[in-house]
Amino acid sequence: MPFIPHTETDLREMLDAIGVSDIEDLFDEIPDSLRIDKLSGVPDGLNEQEVTRLMIERAEQDGRPLCFMGAGAYDHHVPAAVWEITTRGEFYSAYTPYQAEASQGTLQLIYEYQTMMAGLTGLDVSNASMYDGASGLAEAVLMAIRGNRKSKSGRVLVPTTVHPYYRKTARSIVHNQGIELIELPYSPEGGHTLAETLRQYEGEDIAALVIQQPNFFGILEEVDQLTDWAHNNGALVIGIANPVAMALLKPPGEWGEQGADIACGEGQPLGVPMMAGGPYFGYMCCKQALVRQMPGRIVGRTIDRDGRVGFTLTLQAREQHIRRSKATSNICTNQGLLVTAATIHMSLLGAEGLRRVASACHANTQKLVAALTANGCVEPVFNRPYFHETPLRFSLPLEGVMRSLHAHNILPGYNLSADYPELGDTLLVCATETRTDADIALYADHLHRVIDAQTAAGCPVEPKMA
Amino acid sequence: MLIFEHSRPGRRALAQAPHHSEEVSDIPAGMLRDNEPLLPATSEMQVVRHYTRLSQKNFSIDTQFYPLGSCTMKYNPRACNRLAMLPGFLARHPLAPPSMGQGFLGCMYELQEMLKEVTGMPAVSLTPAAGAQGEFTGVAMIRAYHDANGDTERDEILVPDAAHGTNPATAVMCGYKVREIPTDRQGDVDMEALKQAVGPQTAGIMLTNPSTLGVFERKIEEIAALIHEAGGLLYYDGANLNAILGKVRPGDMGFDVIHMNLHKTFSTPHGGGGPGAGPVGVSKRLEPFLPLPIVGFDGDEYYWITEDVRPQSIGRLSAFMGNAGVLMRAYIYARMLGREGMHRVADYATLNANYLMARLAGAGFDVAYTGRRATHEFIVTLKRQHKELGITAMDFAKRLLDYGYHAPTTYFPLLVPECLLIEPTETETREELDGFVEAMIKIQQEAENSPDLLKEAPHTQPVRRLDEVRAAKQLDLTWKPAAG
Repeated sequence: MPFIPHTETDLREMLDAIGVSDIEDLFDEIPDSLRIDKLSGVPDGLNEQEVTRLMIERAEQDGRPLCFMGAGAYDHHVPAAVWEITTRGEFYSAYTPYQAEASQGTLQLIYEYQTMMAGLTGLDVSNASMYDGASGLAEAVLMAIRGNRKSKSGRVLVPTTVHPYYRKTARSIVHNQGIELIELPYSPEGGHTLAETLRQYEGEDIAALVIQQPNFFGILEEVDQLTDWAHNNGALVIGIANPVAMALLKPPGEWGEQGADIACGEGQPLGVPMMAGGPYFGYMCCKQALVRQMPGRIVGRTIDRDGRVGFTLTLQAREQHIRRSKATSNICTNQGLLVTAATIHMSLLGAEGLRRVASACHANTQKLVAALTANGCVEPVFNRPYFHETPLRFSLPLEGVMRSLHAHNILPGYNLSADYPELGDTLLVCATETRTDADIALYADHLHRVIDAQTAAGCPVEPKMA
Repeated sequence: MLIFEHSRPGRRALAQAPHHSEEVSDIPAGMLRDNEPLLPATSEMQVVRHYTRLSQKNFSIDTQFYPLGSCTMKYNPRACNRLAMLPGFLARHPLAPPSMGQGFLGCMYELQEMLKEVTGMPAVSLTPAAGAQGEFTGVAMIRAYHDANGDTERDEILVPDAAHGTNPATAVMCGYKVREIPTDRQGDVDMEALKQAVGPQTAGIMLTNPSTLGVFERKIEEIAALIHEAGGLLYYDGANLNAILGKVRPGDMGFDVIHMNLHKTFSTPHGGGGPGAGPVGVSKRLEPFLPLPIVGFDGDEYYWITEDVRPQSIGRLSAFMGNAGVLMRAYIYARMLGREGMHRVADYATLNANYLMARLAGAGFDVAYTGRRATHEFIVTLKRQHKELGITAMDFAKRLLDYGYHAPTTYFPLLVPECLLIEPTETETREELDGFVEAMIKIQQEAENSPDLLKEAPHTQPVRRLDEVRAAKQLDLTWKPAAG
């Protein structure tokens, strides 16, 4: 019996102590009509040796492609110490730190995490994390609507340059509360949100404007201008920012005259493996004035009865286990283990290390773009500055090209044509600090061969955009 | 000491950053950061030592008995962690094509199939990231179902007063009003009150069975019939699935939708507060509304089921597919248990709970629902100790920490005064349970003879009771470097 320690003697004596003769007697309150006696769809159990073999085979089946895909999940180096410590049983198998005295490790770590995230985003406070970046955006929208007392409309402006899956997720989560997410178009030349598109909303009741920096295309938005427009029009600003990029780029708390009010986003680039999409964590930070509108757990520093410094969950009156139907959110968990990894990761890298990672990613992506666009069939789509990923347009069908590259075990990027049909055969490419010059050359070499094979006549070479 | 206090300007963990700092020249200066974020400057060993020491300030399943009711703190097998973190799985980009992820998708598909079997639900989606998100999903599907039928007058969700706080909070997030249903003296739903509450405004009911009172809801078939006759749907909160795994299935009880807490029943780690995983199972009529993506299988290849074939879906709940790595751990656990192992989970979880309840009752403690079987958990009430000795459930809980036991859940469910909700799980030995009983007996003696030992507890932890009022009033949520 895997993981069950009882001996025959234990069983007999325990049943005696209870006063029944058989374990089955303990289920006598369940109506007979409902009882089942077999789970025929579940296979026989495997021991550890057998399951190890099975899982190694499954993992190897998937290969380990050379990854040039970003689009919200990034292949960064994770120091060995991060997960060695994160998976120590004391972190891995602890529950939510409700018994503060017996959870000071987790609580202090979350306090340190909150400090790091507030610093990175340039905002005052942070919570202990949300499920992921996309669901975090949904919570940020709800929070902005609660926090913007001047606004009654429940209308939020969301540029189409925000990650398409974030927009879908936010819609799934907020639409039952009568909230309207209004999409804003992007500049076909720049790939960014134009301040002109906001003019039609001037004088209207808008609760918040969402800005993603860098945006889903990797393009840099005019964050100062957009933030000031929102504040001048009574709207709060929700900034979504890549945490690695924030080591290099102006953080949300410093956008425009007053800074964004709420920052949220995907924490995965901070020490979390890509892992097929999760578990990741969503970070969420805000200005002090909004802290009581924040969803999720928050840790505070206080003292014990001897005056010693200690840490505890605080502002719990916002949360579902106290406020029930009047809580700021139904969220119960945070992504504690991922926050543990991220805190260790940020400590190991420090500000200088994180800035180096950011600039190395950016430099690699520039090299990648130069190498891929050496072929006349491939060109950048937009003419604006970008950070660490950018779309490239192909003048031949992308599907076939991608299939050929997959066959060479290369993940060439994310095909934008389903989410942005107007862009045609466009590939969003990214090279993090973990890609070498040789990796980039290998990708470019395969790409040029694939294109040559598919376009016997070659591509018409058109002048590139600046 | 905080990690920031170990920091010295100019110190670095050199092995952890790219060699060269390449200057970024093509981004306008106005878009760049002009200050350094507040992160520690420390050596690798300092970081390792600091966080290793912090870890030692935690209670955990790996170090202590952790009988936290309603949380199912069972052993988290190490194999599940190691194998879920094989390099091939960690390196999988969430948007990589299915052709490059058949190994991963196969595991997810098989997990869906096993969860269908254990819940008796014909369709499953793995994507909700935690129990509360699973609840949200369930109620959002109930709403989508009524909306699709043009049945838009239903604006109320029924929730028993013993329910988790996430239940009413979820109903509100889905745009519903909440009506609470009282519990009768035996711990079952008050049928008379329920009959009066049900009507054409009823969208559905959210039930946990076994309930949070640690008893099986015996009239479940009657409740199901009542709600269905009124046109409402039944939602099953899977928090307590460990108690009935392989014994009885929510689908057979008449539920239309269920969420599971894989971090409870399927032993994925609690991680100091997450990540969880909250897959949902549904009856046929709710299948079109399941959240996406779902893994499909055409007999040859695994593939993603997405919006194009499920236009009525309630949509996506996270950027990708929820907590995939947690789902992988649950899959590995399920394969190790197998059919026989799953049947035994409920057997031994229930045995341990009833044994512990019998022993504590024998030692003079008051069980909240006498005459009922414990499920996988049960409630002790310290109302009498509170009245006679001025000792609270919190005092008992804190004193247990001194004896090396994590406290049971305190003050939940809200219905029972001064309560301890105790869930030992199937993975604990009889000796551990006996040790816990001995500690409770000693604490009771202390309560009678030297009550300050309890009121001032804990005495052996890194800190003593914390000033929570100060924490909430003088908010200190981030560390700030000393001026100058």
